[in-house]
Amino acid sequence: MQDFSSSFTLAANLIWSAKPELLEIITLSLQVTLSAVVIACLIGFPIGALLAVAQFRGRTALTLLFNTLMGLPPVVVGLLVYMMLSNAGPLGFLQLLYTPVAMIIAQALLVTPIIIALTRQVIEDLYQEYAEQFHSLVVPRRTAVMALLWDARYGLITTALAGFGRAIAEVGAVIVVGGNIAHVTRVMTTAIALETSKGELALALALGFVLLFIAMTINASVFLLRASAARMSYV
Amino acid sequence: MKPYTLSGVLFILAMSLLSISSPAAAQTGFIIVQSTTSTQNSGLFDFILPKFSAATGIEVRVVAVGTGQAIKNARNGDGDVLLVHAKSAEEKFVADGWGVKRFDVMYNDFVIIGPQIDPAKISGMKDVAEALNKIAASKSIFASRGDNSGTHKKEKQLWAAANFNPAKHSGTWYRETGSGMGATLNTAIGMNAYVMSDRATWTKFGNKASHKILVEGDARLFNQYGVILVSDKKHARVKTELGQKFIDWITGLEGQAAIAAYQVGGKQLFTPNAPCQ
Repeated sequence: MQDFSSSFTLAANLIWSAKPELLEIITLSLQVTLSAVVIACLIGFPIGALLAVAQFRGRTALTLLFNTLMGLPPVVVGLLVYMMLSNAGPLGFLQLLYTPVAMIIAQALLVTPIIIALTRQVIEDLYQEYAEQFHSLVVPRRTAVMALLWDARYGLITTALAGFGRAIAEVGAVIVVGGNIAHVTRVMTTAIALETSKGELALALALGFVLLFIAMTINASVFLLRASAARMSYV
Repeated sequence: MKPYTLSGVLFILAMSLLSISSPAAAQTGFIIVQSTTSTQNSGLFDFILPKFSAATGIEVRVVAVGTGQAIKNARNGDGDVLLVHAKSAEEKFVADGWGVKRFDVMYNDFVIIGPQIDPAKISGMKDVAEALNKIAASKSIFASRGDNSGTHKKEKQLWAAANFNPAKHSGTWYRETGSGMGATLNTAIGMNAYVMSDRATWTKFGNKASHKILVEGDARLFNQYGVILVSDKKHARVKTELGQKFIDWITGLEGQAAIAAYQVGGKQLFTPNAPCQ
């Protein structure tokens, strides 16, 4: 396949030339996905930690529910958000359909269960180590949860990155609620879908490589940040 | 790193990101046009819409989906203007009160595309119904949109004209992709299948491989596009004034001239035919 090799050079050229149109699409992708992941983390970390620590009826059922929701099909989330935000839907008055905000909502819905489920696991593992101390020192639950979240921060960063990976790569939800409108709601994945449907396969694949490159940059910077933070804490 | 630094970083990040996503929504001078993939994939909108925006200052946001979905979205009030190609469905949309009035805008035609080797031997045929019958008789693979789009509706009409019901063979040689035109073309090329496409999408298509146009020119392959203002009687939020300006422009002299001026490889892809011409 000549498309393969030409895609690599095309991807390199795309990154090198940094066309304003491409930069616009990349910027919007990052804005939407990072916003969604931040929102999902703000909701998911405390809920996940509570699920790990608290004892209440229905805890197992909730855990099962969130683990199941990790497999939510993006297109279903897109459809649900579309039906809510459509002018014929209950939240139509907000006029959010076909805007980046709608895309953030959809991706946050998609990512939150992942953050909750993975946070619960990370915190539960840590809690098994800490439980005895917490009991003997009679630590209030709120303090215990905060301490666990803080001590598990590196595990939680990986959790956030898993959510980021899911959101930046999905096309099904954002294309339905965003509409893939040029200069307004076009992101990397919807641009790839569009170029594929135009039969511009090499360009579509090249955009895929660019997307991977961006994801790698994000992962690498988190890795470096984490490494330097770990070093600082020993000084 | 102290706890408050992390939450501070998160807070600043969240604020900065949320603030950037609002400016697009803050503008009021835009309309949403629900349209088909062919008008977008052919590059027509990229060519004519900047001219409209320059003349009126109105931004046009195009949502390009299949005609069936575009009509549904418009019924939900999620668009101000509908520009599609399925005349009977458009007339029903207006008759049911969802649209104000339908105008012809432009036309082109559909073509039957197939592999170079042409197993059903239909190349050069002028009767499209006969060509479809030969494809069916030889059980050659045919890729259908299967998505209730304008193109799919037309294809079903043509099978009916051929007195043949391909649905019974779905999954064998008759394959419904349930996808847009571009995805279906990619699939057809991958399967060495016959496929029907609008001429504009095919002309601009970048992955033609050895496929080519085999049947064209039958009057039944005519492909008319219409434009409709969504009625504000059902959805009060429809931007009637701005939407009407768009319809006046695209069916007027300027818009019609812009459509006629759009060429790919020296070929005009759409022929304007609004009534006021």
